[in-house]
Amino acid sequence: MSQTTAAAVGHAHDHAHDHGDHGHGHHPTGFMRWLTTTNHKDIGSMYLWFSFTMFLMGGVLALGIRAELFKPGLQLWHPEFFNQLTTMHGVIMVFGAIMPAFVGFANWLVPMQIGAPDMAFARMNNWSFWLLPPAALLLVISFFVPGGAAAGGWTLYAPLTSQMGPGMDLAIFALHILGASSIMGSINIVVTILNMRAPGMTLMKMPMFVWTWLITAYLLIAVMPVLAGAITMTLTDRHFGTSFFNAAGGGDPVMYQHVFWFFGHPEVYIMILPAFGIVSHVIPAFARKPLFGYSSMVYATSSIAILSFIVWAHHMFVVGMPAAGVLFFMYATVLIAVPTGVKVFNWLATMWRGSMTFETPMLFAVGFLFVFSMGGFTGLVCAIAPIDLQIQDTYYVVAHFHYVLVAGSLFALFSGAYFWLPKWTGHMYSESLGKLHFWLSLIFFNITFFPMHFLGLAGMPRRIPDYATQFADFNMIASIGAFGFGLSQLVFLVAVLKCVRGGEKATAQVWEGAEGLEWTLPSPAPYHSFEVPPQVK
Amino acid sequence: MKHLSRSLFGGAVALMSSVALAEPAKYIFQPPVTSVARDIFDLHTSMMWIITFIFVAVFGVMFYSIWKHRKSVGAKPAQFHESTTVEIAWTVIPVIILVAMAFPATRVVLEYKDTSNPDLTVKATGYQWKWGYDYIKGEGEGISMLSTLTTPRDQIEGDAPKGENYLREVDNMLTVPVGKKVRILTTANDVIHSFWVPEFGVKQDAIPGFVRDTWFRAEKEGIYRGQCVELCGKDHGFMPIVVNVLSAEKYTAWVASQKAAAAGVADEAAREWTKAELMARGEKAYGAVCAACHQPTGQGLANAFPTLVGSKVVAGPAIDQIKLVLAGRKGVFMPTSQMPAQAMLPDADIAAVITYTRNSWGNRSDESIVQPSAVKAAR
Repeated sequence: MSQTTAAAVGHAHDHAHDHGDHGHGHHPTGFMRWLTTTNHKDIGSMYLWFSFTMFLMGGVLALGIRAELFKPGLQLWHPEFFNQLTTMHGVIMVFGAIMPAFVGFANWLVPMQIGAPDMAFARMNNWSFWLLPPAALLLVISFFVPGGAAAGGWTLYAPLTSQMGPGMDLAIFALHILGASSIMGSINIVVTILNMRAPGMTLMKMPMFVWTWLITAYLLIAVMPVLAGAITMTLTDRHFGTSFFNAAGGGDPVMYQHVFWFFGHPEVYIMILPAFGIVSHVIPAFARKPLFGYSSMVYATSSIAILSFIVWAHHMFVVGMPAAGVLFFMYATVLIAVPTGVKVFNWLATMWRGSMTFETPMLFAVGFLFVFSMGGFTGLVCAIAPIDLQIQDTYYVVAHFHYVLVAGSLFALFSGAYFWLPKWTGHMYSESLGKLHFWLSLIFFNITFFPMHFLGLAGMPRRIPDYATQFADFNMIASIGAFGFGLSQLVFLVAVLKCVRGGEKATAQVWEGAEGLEWTLPSPAPYHSFEVPPQVK
Repeated sequence: MKHLSRSLFGGAVALMSSVALAEPAKYIFQPPVTSVARDIFDLHTSMMWIITFIFVAVFGVMFYSIWKHRKSVGAKPAQFHESTTVEIAWTVIPVIILVAMAFPATRVVLEYKDTSNPDLTVKATGYQWKWGYDYIKGEGEGISMLSTLTTPRDQIEGDAPKGENYLREVDNMLTVPVGKKVRILTTANDVIHSFWVPEFGVKQDAIPGFVRDTWFRAEKEGIYRGQCVELCGKDHGFMPIVVNVLSAEKYTAWVASQKAAAAGVADEAAREWTKAELMARGEKAYGAVCAACHQPTGQGLANAFPTLVGSKVVAGPAIDQIKLVLAGRKGVFMPTSQMPAQAMLPDADIAAVITYTRNSWGNRSDESIVQPSAVKAAR
């Protein structure tokens, strides 16, 4: 069945490609080229630039938060604007920066890694990208409507959301659009992976990045509609007199949390599984040794995905669940550490007795391994329900999820960016800039977020614009670190721009130990990745 | 192991806290004063030991490998890439460790969930942005109060030095007897809040329309400070929870004084007030309840909170303003937002606040004085 589909798609592509050849002279240029492109590399680049722009925007909001928290008292913002900053920082980073960045990687890499010429649905690919800028625009505009942007936290808990102005509606519409884009992107990735692999590439021969994205795409298709449902109910509660989450009308505010976290917990893995995929390419390449335990990596990734559906209520240990519920979610949650641990052990075994060098991608991958694991450990602490009683909704949780999201997802994205930049641009990036970026990021990241563990343990709640004076020292340290971390990201921008413009020519192989189909293509990779499917043995 | 770890870690904590004297803990949980909080403290300590051990073991291997297996020191890559035995080992061993971690927590979960047989039951209601406490059952039954932040605005805005209990001080403390099982019922009036006192190991969301419960038995007299931990809008950071734990005798005396004060409140609604009395009481209540949105100047904030200066409601018939304050109001600028209902305030406060707004900032009105009896009649 999949054989015939693959053949059919292959044929369809040949057909389209013939047209492409004839049409070479008619390619639009300038802005129209980007608006109308159906090429996976163009679209991948647009995703990456979009997400980096959003990353800088979300970062500026974060610096607004840290500036206010530099010392106790209200210095810069009114509390209601502070709440807008925390909310929009979260929304923009999760939905605007991290998720689209991984889709950008998928666009660039999936066709090249499976030996395909392009994505399966090229026009839908264009559409899924061009939905993003209008959504981002809605989020930006929302700051300027009466009442300002959404200020209920990125989780948009009911019934606080019912008190917001039109900024909340704009955020809901933006999330709907981003969700539609994610679903389309995911369908495209699933179909591409299942139908367009080169002959001989069985599922269990797929590169890890492709595997992790295949699983992530299924997670996205499963849970984005759940989020859409939750925020649509919020919207009708706000404007059409329904009472899904309004107790006065027979609804239940806690129901919102159940629905939201049924989306929200798989979402956590949506943001980390492709990162695992990237790291699984970088470490073997620089250890010059094949990935240890390939099949157990695949099984571990699948287990994490499945378990992610039965742990959502660990975000809600203090809403007042029955003891049986608390215990179920506590035990299910600690179990997730098992497959995650397997992955970490496999990476270590890959490094073991390798022949390692530490170029920037490897530095970020090792940095990821080290700092992400610390986030994993604090995750275990949070998973123990009685301990969570003390740290839920405190800065401990803020520290925990920034360790897994910044040092996890973001460091892996940087690692992947430096790893594949030479393939994308045809030039080597500046190693000294890359290393500078890594060390600044690692050091400032820890200065920012490590003290937050102490703040949380000692009792500082999250999402407050002002705090009791005993928290002053660590907040000051964290704020200094945050500004350092933010400015360090400009080094990355310079490194990428320099690499795009020129630099030492990259070979096809680029890295001595790199393996996979993408390294058989010249650097930069040709416009249509594989015009003739390669044979995989 | 447990005793050793407790003495080691506990020793370190004791050292830190003795250096800091009466200052709150900075690196770790606040010193526990209930059995649940102590169990949580110990669970956390043993978790930290296990995690530290695994961390050192795993990353010891990693850094050894980084040190020894570098190309620059001449390492040649091995080619091994799978071992089923190893994979099974590092799947099964973590399962055992994790279940061993979670198992002791099970008893603590069952303990903190057991709210049966309380000596005293108090309902804690979250309002935007203060707490209300109603003594439902046990000694002190019938006592009812609101608990509002007392930190002055000028400390918050940096015009005055910050006091010792900055942001963690209130007008009326939740007062309970020492050594008695206190059951807290939580609920909320508007949005979700969360009741947290770190020293007690008590955290429970307060959900509008629903009642949830938790409990504590404080073992030591003293004043314990926590705050709301669920984002509840603008002044989420400004609604602390302060608990005063008293000895049995002092608690009984406190109950008597509260009953006497309650009788006074009933009287004050009945009598006629002078304008000066109303203005003085109104200024205080305005500062505590209204100024956060309408601002101390009465001018509100552009696009968010309406001004009271020259407001039609304030200049119009008194009964309309009384009804508005009692019932709250859909937002003027934001169709879906609203001014919270203030019906939980005493009649005298509402009358005084209305009188205050009608005679401040150049406002003029035909009915410039509102008596508590008028508010009572309008309820």
